[in-house]
Amino acid sequence: MMDGLGPHGGFILAAYLATALILAGLAAAILLDRRAQRRALAALEERGAGRRGGSAP
Amino acid sequence: MASLIELANPARFMRLSSVLLPWLLGAAALLLAFGFYLIWFVAPADYQQGETIKIMYIHVPAAWLALMFYSMMTLSALGVLVWRHPLADVAQQAAAPIGACFALICLLTGSFWGKPMWGTYWVWDARLTSVLVLFLIYLGVIALRRALDEPSRAGRAVAILTLVGCVNIPIIKFSVDWWSTLHQPASVLRMGGPTIHPSMLWPLLVTALGFTLLALALHLLAMQAEILRRRVRTLTIFEAERLDRLSLQAVR
Repeated sequence: MMDGLGPHGGFILAAYLATALILAGLAAAILLDRRAQRRALAALEERGAGRRGGSAP
Repeated sequence: MASLIELANPARFMRLSSVLLPWLLGAAALLLAFGFYLIWFVAPADYQQGETIKIMYIHVPAAWLALMFYSMMTLSALGVLVWRHPLADVAQQAAAPIGACFALICLLTGSFWGKPMWGTYWVWDARLTSVLVLFLIYLGVIALRRALDEPSRAGRAVAILTLVGCVNIPIIKFSVDWWSTLHQPASVLRMGGPTIHPSMLWPLLVTALGFTLLALALHLLAMQAEILRRRVRTLTIFEAERLDRLSLQAVR
């Protein structure tokens, strides 16, 4: 594959690899954050924090 | 206007975005797969750049998206300061890391292209420097948001900084016309139409649309996460106040 990319194949692959890593990291960070917030909200609602006056002591 | 504000209700946004997300992600995956097929198997090598033109197919969309997300943040900043709409603040906050990532991709891929073509990874010409400034403004916006605990205060401060920073957007766009730069002038978004041959223009446009849909999907996901975080914060405060009341009653 590197031969087909000519003398600058390393630069081309590095550009694509950097893009893939940055976008994968961004997507992972967003998805993990969303999941963490969902879990935190579910835990709070389970304790009745969303109801007026809260849960029974 | 009233219907727009109603549409921007956080609960309605969560429902609508959940419906939209699978379609956006699916379309982005298909377009990117087709775009990369065109880039790697169909599009010819450039007569001057050779195969390094393949870098252009990710560098240019990344530059467009870095500018697009900052423009979206500027509109959201107006929404925060003029209408004080909470969803505008959520949109602004969610956009900053995504725009920063595309600005970083633009800078890195530009460097990887510059070394074999210009003989250097970096020059302080107007286009490169103004994009670096854009990346630094993105980092400043993210840092300012994290430095202030109270969300509405942070939102207004970030909105003002965003509006100040938007002066850099036309500078980036027109830097290649206003100053003598090593970076080439616009060859797609220009008066008189694109100067790129269709065999290279189409893969670029398909890939750019794919990246745009992916970025919009990530923005919706990040907005959902932010809305959930604000709900968690509110409920945590309610919970703390309730426990406070209970402990006071127990003491009496």
